Amino acid sequence: MVTMAAVTPVLAGDVAAYLKRRARWSPLEIAFWIFAFASIWLFPGKYLILKDTAILALFALSLDLILGYAGIISLGQAAFFGIAGYFAGLIAKYGIINEPIVALICAGAVAAALGFVTSFLVLRGSDLTRLMVTLGVSLMLGEIANRYANITGGADGLQGVDVAPILGRWRFDLYGHNGYVYCLIVLFVCFVIARRIVYSPFGLSLRSVKGNALRAAAIGVPVKWRLVAIYTVSAGFAGIAGALLTQTTAFCSLDVFSLERSADLLLVLIIGGTGYLYGGLIGAVIYKFLQDWISNLTPQYWQFWIGLVLVVIVLVGRERMAAWTVTVRAAVGLIGARAWSRVWPRSPARGGAAPDGR
Amino acid sequence: MDRRAVPILETIGLEKRFGGILAAQNVNLSVKKGARHALIGPNGAGKTTVINLLTGVLKPTAGRIVLEGRDITDTAPHERVRLGMARTFQINQLFLDLTPLESIGLVVSERLGSGADWWRLVGTKSAVIDEIVEIVERFRLGDVMHERTAILPYGKQRLLEIALAFACRPRVLLLDEPAAGVPEAERHELLATIEALPAEVTVLLIEHDMDLVFSFADRISVLVNGALFVDGAPDEVARDPRVKAVYLGEELDA
Amino acid sequence: MLTILFDGVAYGMLLFVLACGLSVTLGLMNFINLAHGAFAMAGGYCTVILVNRLGVPFALGVPIAFLVTALLGGLFERTLYVHVYARSHLDQVLFTIGLVFMSVAAVDYTMGSSQRFVQIPDALQGQFDVLGVGMGKYRLLIIVICGLLTVALQLTLAKTRFGSRLRAAVDDQRVARGLGINVGAVFGITFAVGSGLAGLGGALGAEILGLDPTFPLRYMIYFLIVVTVGGTSGLVGPFLASILLGIGDVAGKYYVPTLGAFVIYAIMIVVLIWRPQGLFARATAR
Repeated sequence: MVTMAAVTPVLAGDVAAYLKRRARWSPLEIAFWIFAFASIWLFPGKYLILKDTAILALFALSLDLILGYAGIISLGQAAFFGIAGYFAGLIAKYGIINEPIVALICAGAVAAALGFVTSFLVLRGSDLTRLMVTLGVSLMLGEIANRYANITGGADGLQGVDVAPILGRWRFDLYGHNGYVYCLIVLFVCFVIARRIVYSPFGLSLRSVKGNALRAAAIGVPVKWRLVAIYTVSAGFAGIAGALLTQTTAFCSLDVFSLERSADLLLVLIIGGTGYLYGGLIGAVIYKFLQDWISNLTPQYWQFWIGLVLVVIVLVGRERMAAWTVTVRAAVGLIGARAWSRVWPRSPARGGAAPDGR
Repeated sequence: MDRRAVPILETIGLEKRFGGILAAQNVNLSVKKGARHALIGPNGAGKTTVINLLTGVLKPTAGRIVLEGRDITDTAPHERVRLGMARTFQINQLFLDLTPLESIGLVVSERLGSGADWWRLVGTKSAVIDEIVEIVERFRLGDVMHERTAILPYGKQRLLEIALAFACRPRVLLLDEPAAGVPEAERHELLATIEALPAEVTVLLIEHDMDLVFSFADRISVLVNGALFVDGAPDEVARDPRVKAVYLGEELDA
Repeated sequence: MLTILFDGVAYGMLLFVLACGLSVTLGLMNFINLAHGAFAMAGGYCTVILVNRLGVPFALGVPIAFLVTALLGGLFERTLYVHVYARSHLDQVLFTIGLVFMSVAAVDYTMGSSQRFVQIPDALQGQFDVLGVGMGKYRLLIIVICGLLTVALQLTLAKTRFGSRLRAAVDDQRVARGLGINVGAVFGITFAVGSGLAGLGGALGAEILGLDPTFPLRYMIYFLIVVTVGGTSGLVGPFLASILLGIGDVAGKYYVPTLGAFVIYAIMIVVLIWRPQGLFARATAR
């Protein structure tokens, strides 16, 4: 008989507590959202760019769900962004649905339906075919939108979109105040949903599929159906982002389907990092800042600098970048946690959970 | 009727052809309930192919697989897990970025039906927690359960490999060379854990380590060139001169 | 109708010459080069400068475009691409998209954003009328040149030592290295030739495809469709895929103008549903 080294017993209470703590909103997260909402009062006059950032953040969040958590590379999120954008524009223009929030949900549902239908194609084949199919679908939709210019307005864009006030009370004003608050609240709601998904057993199964799809199937995970589900949800989020853009700008044009839009989205996510939900949000802020700054320097050739940034990021290496950002985040998190605990003392947290719950 | 006599897992004429190569031919395996059944054979004999066929990773070109009286030849791999069959891999197939706790928690959640639950957080069901604790303790992973799997020592990873399969609460557990690559210092823990597996779990074991095979198995099947060669109790197989010849590479007489 | 077939074949063969480099690159190094179209564009603009501005005869301008682009391809390969070979597909996609953006903006800056036309010699303008079928002279030239190139490529691949080294390296890189084949050199040369061919295609195709700074973006999807549908295990697959797509696109735009371009996307999706590895791919998936 072999003697074993003494093993400390595992307590159910400890495990339960650890799992709960893992999913708890970290001080840094709470600070982030407080700051985000405070921006409504802190930066008047910047509403338009803030609103664009919020929409981009939601769009990037949708990609993070499939890229960062399920490992699906897609160049075609623009398909869902665009189809919901046009849908929202058309139902507003023809007065079919007059309440923006209801219209938003319907547009998101349309995009999700498209996501569901195309998911079966996307999940077949290699990375390359996946890229092809996702890109192909969005370009195809752009082509359709172009051909049916009598409905969509073609290259000139969808005109005459008249969006009713939200809940009958808040009209979209010129300064963009109501528009920004609207987008920010929608972003927050979608974020909370995404967060629940990610910390749920479903989210855990997605991470297992991304890490080792073979083993995931071998432990009973129905891999294909989980991926279909997250792809559908992601499409819905992208659609909501697209509908938000149409509703707040009262306009929709063909570039919602463009390759540039999908590529810029990848860039946003690469800048911010994938797989921890805040990557899209942080990346969107940095991207918009970069865009603003570079556009002031060289308004016409913005694309060149974006291309250069992409090339440099890849050459430097995403892992190295991720390592830097992780270090920066950890440092900021540590400082933030210490400051927070001085403001609001709590019993010391046990080891294991990183500031953002990873 | 003696329930032990009815096989829990059977293959009937199982065959797998890769182009011109016959990786498995006419394999008729019969595993009794509660058995400790070992599948041995020289390298390249097709043992892992048989496991891949049993679990559905490969589709057979002919033959059937029957689990607890139910034909599962066309059942998808993840469905077979739900029907009570789980496996380990010869080379660890783990979730390197998850911790053992998360990995085991995942398997248990899937099994207890919360796998598709997207709203509730992991770990809010006490039934899931209790099972996680039981498995972590059984496989002696308590002191490493919060570490990333990628940085665990190999012996612990191998234990986790088996723990994940065990967490599926299979009625048939297929172990593909569990002791492979495990350093001497960590073998005892691994072997003791395998021996302590509950009696009602049927175990089909592929192994090269003859000590483990002969101390653990109550029935041995020998696979050579994709075909079942000898099948019987350990002492019968040990005494069979043909088995010795196959392992020592001597030509078989007609 | 036969005119459409003729035009479609011309278009398809042009697509093949443009895309074959991409197919071999993908099959050889498992490298997704979305910037392939940029080399085509380079060839087109090179010819524009040579023929329009410098007065070089067309017959000379096109081969020079091939050489210049091939050199450019080889240079880029050694200095930039080589760092990205071992990376994930996502990284390769990001990298090459970045290159595309840079090239589009650079060309826009230097050459302006309007469409450019190559001054085709008078001999090539107009068409022959053969048995009632109108065959554009220029398109006929394209068919002839591309046909010859295809034959030359296939012969090189099948009969020469370099070709067999290339095929070995495509089949199994590690084993090829083990046999002493200098896979790095093979790839460098192949990439240069592939880029050169893209440049040649761009030079020839400027008239038909429309040359402006957004060329790489507009045509990227076409090349990718050829490669996906045709597979990457040889030249036959992409060739047939190109012809199929060429005819499909031209016929589609003629018979169903409202949804013309739609046809090739539909073909792509149908093929990918039916055979995710492409119509002519090997059984062993990569």
